Amino acid sequence: MAEKILMKGNEAVAEAAIRAGCRLYFAYPITPQSELIEYMAKMMPKVDGVFVQAESEVAAINMVYGASGTGRRVMTSSSSPGISLKMEGISYIAGANLPAVIVNVQRGGPGLGDIQPAQGDYFQATKGGGHGDYRLIVLAPSTVQEFADMADLAFDLADKYRNPVMILSDGLLGQMMEPVEFKPSKTKEEMEALDKQHYDWCMYPNEDEPNHHHHEINSLEIDPLILEQHVIKLGKKYDKIEKNEIRYEEYNISDENEVVVVAFGTAARIAKSAIDQLQEEGTSIGMIRPITVWPYPYEAISNVLHEKVRKVVVCELNLGQMVEDVKLAVNGKLPVEFLGKVGGILFTPDEIKAKILGTEGE
Amino acid sequence: MKTEIISSGFGGQGALTIGKFLAKAGMGDGLNVSWLPSYGPEMRGGTANVSVVIADRAIASPLVSYPDILIALNQPSIDKFGSDIKEKGLLIYNTDMCPHGTKRKDIDVIEAPMNSIAREIGSMKVLNMVAIGIVIGKTGLVKYETLENDLTGFLQKKNPDLLELNLIAIKKGIEIGKK
Amino acid sequence: MEIIAQRPKSLTDLQFTYCPGCTHGISHRLIAEAMDELDMRNNMMGVAPVGCSVFAYKFFDCDMAEAAHGRAPALATGMKRSRPNMHVFTYQGDGDLAAIGTAEIIHAANRGEHITVFFVNNAIYGMTGGQMAPTTLPGMKTSTSPYGRDEKDIGYPIKVCELLSSLVAPYFIERVSLLSPQDIMKAKKVVKKALQFNKEERGFTFVEFVSTCPTNWGLAPIDAMKWAKENMLPFFPLGNYRDKSVEGGK
Repeated sequence: MAEKILMKGNEAVAEAAIRAGCRLYFAYPITPQSELIEYMAKMMPKVDGVFVQAESEVAAINMVYGASGTGRRVMTSSSSPGISLKMEGISYIAGANLPAVIVNVQRGGPGLGDIQPAQGDYFQATKGGGHGDYRLIVLAPSTVQEFADMADLAFDLADKYRNPVMILSDGLLGQMMEPVEFKPSKTKEEMEALDKQHYDWCMYPNEDEPNHHHHEINSLEIDPLILEQHVIKLGKKYDKIEKNEIRYEEYNISDENEVVVVAFGTAARIAKSAIDQLQEEGTSIGMIRPITVWPYPYEAISNVLHEKVRKVVVCELNLGQMVEDVKLAVNGKLPVEFLGKVGGILFTPDEIKAKILGTEGE
Repeated sequence: MKTEIISSGFGGQGALTIGKFLAKAGMGDGLNVSWLPSYGPEMRGGTANVSVVIADRAIASPLVSYPDILIALNQPSIDKFGSDIKEKGLLIYNTDMCPHGTKRKDIDVIEAPMNSIAREIGSMKVLNMVAIGIVIGKTGLVKYETLENDLTGFLQKKNPDLLELNLIAIKKGIEIGKK
Repeated sequence: MEIIAQRPKSLTDLQFTYCPGCTHGISHRLIAEAMDELDMRNNMMGVAPVGCSVFAYKFFDCDMAEAAHGRAPALATGMKRSRPNMHVFTYQGDGDLAAIGTAEIIHAANRGEHITVFFVNNAIYGMTGGQMAPTTLPGMKTSTSPYGRDEKDIGYPIKVCELLSSLVAPYFIERVSLLSPQDIMKAKKVVKKALQFNKEERGFTFVEFVSTCPTNWGLAPIDAMKWAKENMLPFFPLGNYRDKSVEGGK
């Protein structure tokens, strides 16, 4: 077993990204993700990697776009307001079928909001955010270990589907320290294989005819009939991702469940405390924790609405953005209730318990 | 078991470091741990505080609302978190910086002039180690040996004198905690 | 039969999509010829802009990326940093580079990125249909300055070479024109010099082409060149603004 290291989420995901073969990182400072950019500034030179502090989030994501066009593993990170600025580039990266990893350490919004943990970027991450028909694969960690593990997974998925992947964390996961075990770094052979995996489409050193290549990294198709085909092809890719890549955790799910909770990320951690306490008090509550919030585990939710389940409770650190997806999954069969906190404030396990039991305000 | 701790003080007093060493020692003892700091402008001069959870099962919420133990290095920390300490919980505070103390009667209270003790030992830097020692002496939450190993690991070469002072401070804290 | 002129290898055999009399074809050809002569084509990556030359990624026969409006220097930074053994150029118009992409060009230049930026200044937005550009001259009428550019309202044209030459890092900055055969011959030498420096990894190199837009100016091509000489050159003086290869260089 690898050694456990006590580390902040921001640093753990950076270390894990380097181990996953990321040698290019471009970003702009913003709280509460600054430890991530600082870690990269410190570590990239030690692994012959590239670190550039860009002039803006816009420039950073476009550096990612350029570097990704050369077929190498590249990452950027930011927090909510900065992610908004990156949306232009994310749309281009998606349109150009490029792999890239984007970490969002969410804070309170809208606008400048505050710098405390929040989940208000759910819509932006899962429903678009940038322009046009595109999808991000969105991974939502709920522990520092999972945050770190997702760096590896994000790069693999990005490369497999040639699609941008977002890790949707928050200020709590970024700032907190927990013990982490890291996977070993990629070997020299693995790194060489990674570098060549995209040679059929990426920009890399050329040769004369007959082996000359002219690769175009591009999201523009001015002919509507060609763009139509391009977007349909993107759609098919998204269908494939929805079929293959849905991930979720079942927590305390059983036939005895009276209520099913749906929560992701930090909210799910706090909900687990409430569920544990209720179990000890003799009330059985199950939870589905979406790990991919896109593609979304609709079936996983509808499958656990056993006979005794009276209602579904959604807990989020926003005004109820995921409720729409949960309602699609529940499809009118049961009431869907919502408990939210905004402003960067967390709910307590007691508040979740009260919501589940219907005793709030008592 | 699950112990929830808040450690709090002025920025620079080492409140966050107290939490970090307790969490690291807990990890070294094979327990689950989490460390969640306050961050942002509040850190620049107000009360810097950290939530630490040490448990033998998975830690769900890392946010401590009602601590079992509050370590208060200054009065604002008692004012802010004192009323949240669980019944029969523990308040450890630095009498040099907490002139008003607490009015609560339903908790254990350990008072120690941490500034004076640290100054006597020879460095204000070890104030936080006194506090950690008190926690160990009173509760046995983490093992002294684990902490000593950890400190030795990174201080022996870099600053053996400071290591020595740290260990003295922890032992002094343990003595106070055991009283 | 002896071939005395042919398409440079660094251009594909696609037909240009430019208007009759447009100077983009000339600047494309100058860059491609220099790439051929310096044997850079196989290690070259280019970045196309948004604007009339948006399809430049199809015309240059090397690896090419198509950037969002103004972001070419950021893409180029990512590309060059990722593959430092390759060469990178961007090709950008005045709206792209001097309006929406102002931050990106200034900071790429300020970091001294080892890239070459070709900047086509024709004082107007071409592709979107003749709107005012950051380099539109005072009093000049465009579709968004229908009464003439009022410098009291919207400021003066931005002189990009002068602006960039206030930075320490750039290695080479020069303004040339495409307004006469002689000027074009001179421009070719400067383009080649910039790419030579690029190949030698000297630093950030920048060439501005003062050029024309007969279509949106509403002038015949020859008249457009005449107009540019009389009106643009006094405001955008030709010449070298930075050459660190020369001892005591500016």
